[in-house]
Amino acid sequence: MVGKSEPINGTAKSQPPPSPLSPKSPDLLSGYFSFKSLKLKTKQQELLIRVSILCLVYVLAFVTRLFSVLRYESMIHEFDPYFNYRTTLFLTEKGFYEFWNWFDSESWYPLGRIIGGTLYPGLMVTAALLYWGLRFLRFAVHIREVCVLTAPFFASNTTILAYFFGKEIWDTGAGLVAAALIAICPGYISRSVAGSYDNEGVAIFALLLTFYLFVKAVNTGSLSWGLASAFGYFYMVSAWGGYVFIINLIPLYVLVLLITGRYSMRLYVAYNCMYILGMLLAMQIRFVGFQHVQSGEHMAAMGVFFLMQVFYLLDWLKHLLSDTKLFQAFLRMTVTSAVGVGAVALGVGTASGYISPWTGRFYSLLDPTYAKDHIPIIASVSEHQPTAWSSFMFDFQILLFLFPAGLYFCFKRLSDATIFIVMYGLTSMYFAGVMVRLILVATPAVCLISAIAVSATIKNLTLLLRAKTKAPQSASGKGGSSGKAASKGSLDQSQPFQKNGAIALLFGAFYLLSKYVTHCTWVTSEAYSSPSIVLAARGAHGNRVIFDDYREAYFWLRQNTPPDAKVMSWWDYGYQITAMGNRTVIVDNNTWNNTHIATVGRAMSSYEDEAYEIMRSLDVDYVLVVFGGVTGYSSDDINKFLWMVRIGGGVFPVIKEPDYLVNGEYRVDKGAAPKMLNCLMYKLSYYRFGELTTEYGRPPGYDRARGVEIGNKDIKLEYLEEAFTTSNWIVRIYKVKPPNNRW
Amino acid sequence: MARSSGDDAQALFHSLRSAYAATPKNLKIIDLYVAFAVFTALIQVVYMALVGSFPFNSFLSGVLSCIGTAVLAVCLRIQVNKENKEFKDLPPERAFADFVLCNLVLHLVIMNFLG
Repeated sequence: MVGKSEPINGTAKSQPPPSPLSPKSPDLLSGYFSFKSLKLKTKQQELLIRVSILCLVYVLAFVTRLFSVLRYESMIHEFDPYFNYRTTLFLTEKGFYEFWNWFDSESWYPLGRIIGGTLYPGLMVTAALLYWGLRFLRFAVHIREVCVLTAPFFASNTTILAYFFGKEIWDTGAGLVAAALIAICPGYISRSVAGSYDNEGVAIFALLLTFYLFVKAVNTGSLSWGLASAFGYFYMVSAWGGYVFIINLIPLYVLVLLITGRYSMRLYVAYNCMYILGMLLAMQIRFVGFQHVQSGEHMAAMGVFFLMQVFYLLDWLKHLLSDTKLFQAFLRMTVTSAVGVGAVALGVGTASGYISPWTGRFYSLLDPTYAKDHIPIIASVSEHQPTAWSSFMFDFQILLFLFPAGLYFCFKRLSDATIFIVMYGLTSMYFAGVMVRLILVATPAVCLISAIAVSATIKNLTLLLRAKTKAPQSASGKGGSSGKAASKGSLDQSQPFQKNGAIALLFGAFYLLSKYVTHCTWVTSEAYSSPSIVLAARGAHGNRVIFDDYREAYFWLRQNTPPDAKVMSWWDYGYQITAMGNRTVIVDNNTWNNTHIATVGRAMSSYEDEAYEIMRSLDVDYVLVVFGGVTGYSSDDINKFLWMVRIGGGVFPVIKEPDYLVNGEYRVDKGAAPKMLNCLMYKLSYYRFGELTTEYGRPPGYDRARGVEIGNKDIKLEYLEEAFTTSNWIVRIYKVKPPNNRW
Repeated sequence: MARSSGDDAQALFHSLRSAYAATPKNLKIIDLYVAFAVFTALIQVVYMALVGSFPFNSFLSGVLSCIGTAVLAVCLRIQVNKENKEFKDLPPERAFADFVLCNLVLHLVIMNFLG
């Protein structure tokens, strides 16, 4: 028996009531692990196991995200990360002051963009700090390597944080399971693979950090934990626009606690410290500015702040007054006047326009049909579509049904911390159902709650297994929560059945968990590790064929065009053109100016002569289109064309979507609408394509992405000439001819 | 009805006053500090109403520094108050050190935000 349990100073926090592993039978443990020679006490064994599990999980989380680096090369993926990379490069080269005050004239020609004031600097500053740190230690790394590996590094840190959070909510077992689950969960991996250098990679870490520190502050009521959570919130605000979720969830949580009668001094201290300091710190980010006091999305936090003051005041007065009747009268007066004043202030603020209403991006979360009718740009992003059931299963697998089980356990042991995780889980699941991209935000909650279910179930099952000889007192004493058959009085006779049942269920649980691991690894390898700037396919003989056309085109632009050339393309490619081609673009992925994008859309959808006028007015020198007809690549501009029409038509009524459709159907073959067959996008995509045979047995001009033979094969360009087409025809660049000389 | 609520208010006032006189001295000092901070904030709001809110960040930083330090002082009062069971084993020096640290961060941020 562990007679003198000396405190091991490996764990910073004091141990909660000893877990069932430790006091029972050290000879059993040492029999399992044969540490007799090392003479380790049980507590030390447990610590060793925990630390080694966490180390393995840390390494696992990093390694499982490296598929694309191993298969292709260490490069930045997708579109948005190229902007982040370019700004990080600028930051490391020019320093923080230049970065903070940067006005970029190379994008959104001729408007330019105030980059310093319109980005979230958290990711760039983090990567730059890592880069400078490594350089200081004399590791000669290139900033691109640091950028590529930032997201996996922070994913590993998130697992450690999940461990501490799980420990705070439930116990160390749940923490360990949570760390393991979140290390490989595909919902998180999708946005944090190596090369996906995007805000979410750092933001999920910041989100979980803020929540953990806040729950810790509520549990301890200490000002220093509140201060730490304010700093966590500041980091989150600097990293991602999704901080709005935090600033609404925490007040909602406080409100729920107030309503369920759990008001306490600790809550007051924690929320107030975090709100005031967090709000002040958040306003230091220029992009956020004064939104915390002016925007409708942040008003809930302010309302709850005032409500807390009212609660505290009432509590204090109740304490001072001994006469309850007097207090009731006072209570009635105060509460009605406070609510009245608050409602009037909110009404006046909203009506006068001082408090701005919810912006489109967040309003479409509450009303999913809003964006399609009013803001086509938001509706056109594929990540903003509602989620299908298959996506949930794909990203969560067994966690989907462990989530309700975990909710059940949480409701059985309600405390401030479990109420928080339940609210986080439910709200984030609702939002994940509205928008695919937000599955990422739900992932930590789902992993934590499922970890509670797994940990509690396995703990109960193993308790059943261990309750052999001292049956009556131990099993009934320890199996407090819902063990499988612990409520039965006659334990002795059903003993063997219980044990066999428990063993079978344990095997079932481990089988499920191993299936989860297999699924996660498969999903990561197949679905989430493609760089999407380099495409891979299987050739006719089964060999792997790589299409590196994008980079080929951008580097052609970089090396063969004058340095002040301006390139017009659809906004998807803007960041990549600026980062890799180093040329000025007209519109890019920031999409802050809808009219400018609509102008480009109008140019793409007009006849060549009208489009030439628009291009001359914008000083365009080159036009870039993406075409997938030769390779069968389906994310090309012809497939995105209807969005160009809609966005252009939203601002310029001369562009009408029905002109491009035939009986409501979108076609590019002989039966297509005449305007479609002669618009600029069609001509630029299919120029000289009519002579090309793409597939054996098909006529020339067979479009493999649409599966039809194109309608207009004899295309003549009058105002543009072809400058460059990549080897697989994926990117096509055209030069805009200067106006003819007058006689 | 009006008279009884008037009587109520008076009785309320008296009992409040007598109960408040019984609070310990250190808590009364903190209360005085809170009142001073809130009063300063009110003066700033009145000034803003008169003069206009042009450098809005200056106005915000001024008001928020007053409100912030008031709120932190209230938190200190909660933690130091001997009658609060929840904070029984929190040494008052630790509470004061937390208070000082939070105020330090608050005023550093205010300095940055003043413009």
